Amino acid sequence: MKPGHGEVLIAEGDVEVADQEELLVQAFRRQLDLGMWAAVPERSASGRREARMVKAFEEIPRDADRVIFFPRAAGGA
Amino acid sequence: MLLAAITIGVVIVALLWDLVLPSIKESVERYKARRAIIPGSSHDPGRERRAEARARQLLRSCVNDEEWSMYRDLGFIRVWGALARAPRRGRIGDDPRAGAPYAYLVYPHKPIVAYLPQTSELLNEYCVEFPDETRPYGSARLPDSDDVLAKWMALTGDERRLLATANMHLPGRQVDPKQVRRDLWRLSQWERERLRGTPRSPGEVPAP
Repeated sequence: MKPGHGEVLIAEGDVEVADQEELLVQAFRRQLDLGMWAAVPERSASGRREARMVKAFEEIPRDADRVIFFPRAAGGA
Repeated sequence: MLLAAITIGVVIVALLWDLVLPSIKESVERYKARRAIIPGSSHDPGRERRAEARARQLLRSCVNDEEWSMYRDLGFIRVWGALARAPRRGRIGDDPRAGAPYAYLVYPHKPIVAYLPQTSELLNEYCVEFPDETRPYGSARLPDSDDVLAKWMALTGDERRLLATANMHLPGRQVDPKQVRRDLWRLSQWERERLRGTPRSPGEVPAP
């Protein structure tokens, strides 16, 4: 998510392919270094959709189809 | 005699020069300003609208069908609280509402409002923003639907962390309680209509 722009594709690839996985890891770390939060939309056991917040690439489910980065929350006025 | 005349002439010219010079300078500046090339603004009026359209698509792809319809029809999303105890209103001692189901109303670019659905009692406002300090596109504000999605992800993904980050206030600081109660009434009407109309789809799950 980018202000004034909306959704932007940062990187895509297959985690089963080593080179592509490495690129995804680098892109993931770059976003976290920029101060972004990362979330994986998923469906819970009860069928409800929810998000899983992830802080490391290893926390992302292998079958996840996307990770959404958004600016870190801050207390508002 | 001649010398005196020349001296008087020089003095007159000097005095006139002092009088005329500022207006000449002003005229030159005005001429330059008229001829100056003003750089065109790169603002694209459609960009915000396109960003919002993309954000709505992303929101729709992430939330439940019911939540998407709620946002489309009412302009906010209700998210059920998942903590064991509802947020407290700063009351001292045992709170009889402990353990009661609670929920949040998530509005775009407004505080999150926590409330008790059974009684429609408003609990707190949580002021939270998602500012992008890098301002890559000239604005630090996410599109409306992205702001709602960010709150939804943070609430469903790590409710405790979001509440710890937000500034908590009593209801009514920024969001008019009358407006919230009206929204809760609209929500109840909307749910009644929905229950009456269509069978529940697989993405919809009843409230806890």
